Amino acid sequence: MKKHLNTLFVTTQGAWLAKEGETVAVKVGGKVRLQLPIHTLDGIVCFGQVSCSPFLMGFCAERDVCISFLTENGRFLARVQGPVSGNVLLRREQYRWADDPERSAAIARAVIIGKLVNSRKVLHRVVRDHPDKVDTVSVKQAMDRLKAILMHVRVGTSLDRLRGYEGEGAMIYFRVFDHLILNRKKEFFFEGRSRRPPLDRVNCLLSFFYTLLMHDVRSALECTGLDPAVGFLHRDRPGRPGLALDLMEEFRPYFADRLALSLVNLGQVKSKGFRKAETGAVLMDDDTRKAVLVAYQKRKQDVVTHPFLQKKMPIGLLFHTQALLLARHVRGDLDGYPVFCWQ
Amino acid sequence: MFAEDDLLPLSALQHLLFCERQCALIHVEQLWVENLFTAQGRLMHERVDSGGHERRGNVRTVCAMPLRSMRLGLVGKADVVEFHQQKSGEWLPFPVEHKRGRPKKENWDRVQLCAQAICLEEALGVKVKEGALFYGKNRRRQSVEFDSCLRAETEETSARLHELIASARTPPPLYDKKCDSCSLKELCLPKTLEKPHRVERYLKRMMAD
Ligand code: SF4
Repeated sequence: MKKHLNTLFVTTQGAWLAKEGETVAVKVGGKVRLQLPIHTLDGIVCFGQVSCSPFLMGFCAERDVCISFLTENGRFLARVQGPVSGNVLLRREQYRWADDPERSAAIARAVIIGKLVNSRKVLHRVVRDHPDKVDTVSVKQAMDRLKAILMHVRVGTSLDRLRGYEGEGAMIYFRVFDHLILNRKKEFFFEGRSRRPPLDRVNCLLSFFYTLLMHDVRSALECTGLDPAVGFLHRDRPGRPGLALDLMEEFRPYFADRLALSLVNLGQVKSKGFRKAETGAVLMDDDTRKAVLVAYQKRKQDVVTHPFLQKKMPIGLLFHTQALLLARHVRGDLDGYPVFCWQ
Repeated sequence: MFAEDDLLPLSALQHLLFCERQCALIHVEQLWVENLFTAQGRLMHERVDSGGHERRGNVRTVCAMPLRSMRLGLVGKADVVEFHQQKSGEWLPFPVEHKRGRPKKENWDRVQLCAQAICLEEALGVKVKEGALFYGKNRRRQSVEFDSCLRAETEETSARLHELIASARTPPPLYDKKCDSCSLKELCLPKTLEKPHRVERYLKRMMAD
């Protein structure tokens, strides 16, 4: 299992990445600027004009280091994948389960439980810690409604119903999300989720974190041998990483949303660090993007106790752990998927 | 007799003897502990690449010799095979396996070595009576005699290996002292998965409050 959990983010335009022995060398203008041993990395994310040698790509594929290419603004472009790992039995089983509505529903149910529990917890923490600053009544109402939905989800139900509950839960949660922004509300506000493109600074941050999260969750699934494309909650759609989206749900509120909120609330991002394109899309400038990447990376090092395994681990390892637990469930070692719930 | 497609790696024998679940995790599920195994592999290659052929007096040494046995259904490599010249002038193979650790009381390493001997016999049509294990920890060489008892154990282990892989099943873990030295512990989760029927209860607990 990966222990290092360092993702190398390359944002310097014109950088060239190459394999040098057992290391990844980052060259700018022909000079080596940075050199990292491959075994300390679990991913490389390239922003904008950053290129990689084919040998580095092969090397990374062999060592389960995922390389992703994003635009400068964090829109996903492509990813390097090596030969599919040999775990064909696991994948076959995954496909069988994905074709089986009951099994799919059982996993989808666990995933939604995790998302709802964690969303509710995010709301709960803010009300608890800042009762004077938030509209406690609205947020508590939302918490109650999420609880009610949880009760429905609890008594197993069909996939379609579950998808409905998931959508409803997200709506309720995002409706009060603006209340969780405690400072500089003129600059940082949230008027519903906008993705394509993000229309305000908060959405811009959220989208960026979701992209990074997707990169991590996807490579965790790949390391485990599961097929990120075939989901249970998320239906197959060409080009859509259904299972990665499934596994991401539990981490959205717990990891990405909280991180975005704390950057805003602690003043670690400035409103000047964002600009608005003519089309209304909000984009980050280079310095903000760098600061945000550092924050993301740092948060991954924070240690939490895994509620099911009762083991301490860095947050970054949670992605791998959840992928592993899901794989063990599919292989028949566990009677269900123990979704990560924030406690 | 096995078909070429059905040959299994020689090294799986020791995984099987150490723990059936470990063997299935590696050879059925293809889970790999990246760091450890690649590091081991690299070390091995360095040594092998520097090796090649060598002759000193009446001992000729060959490194990384490819081996297989259609009867046992195994394929792999011998670290080192020495060929000892007999008085008759004939060269007899003598496998030497290098191990990083120290000698074990169990037969695991001896079984693996014996399988190599059987491969050599099949390829060269000679009787291989003896070989040696070389342990890195104490830098000792321990000679191993391929008697009928060890041969029987080797055959039986290969047969069990083929059964396990053909079943495509991963036996459940049994937590044991040896798990603490197992390189797959983090992936196997022996303590957690020993009692698998707890997820429903866990989810209920997480929803309560
Ligand atoms: S941790 Fe224990 S049960 Fe699991 S593979 Fe290793 S030795 Fe076997």
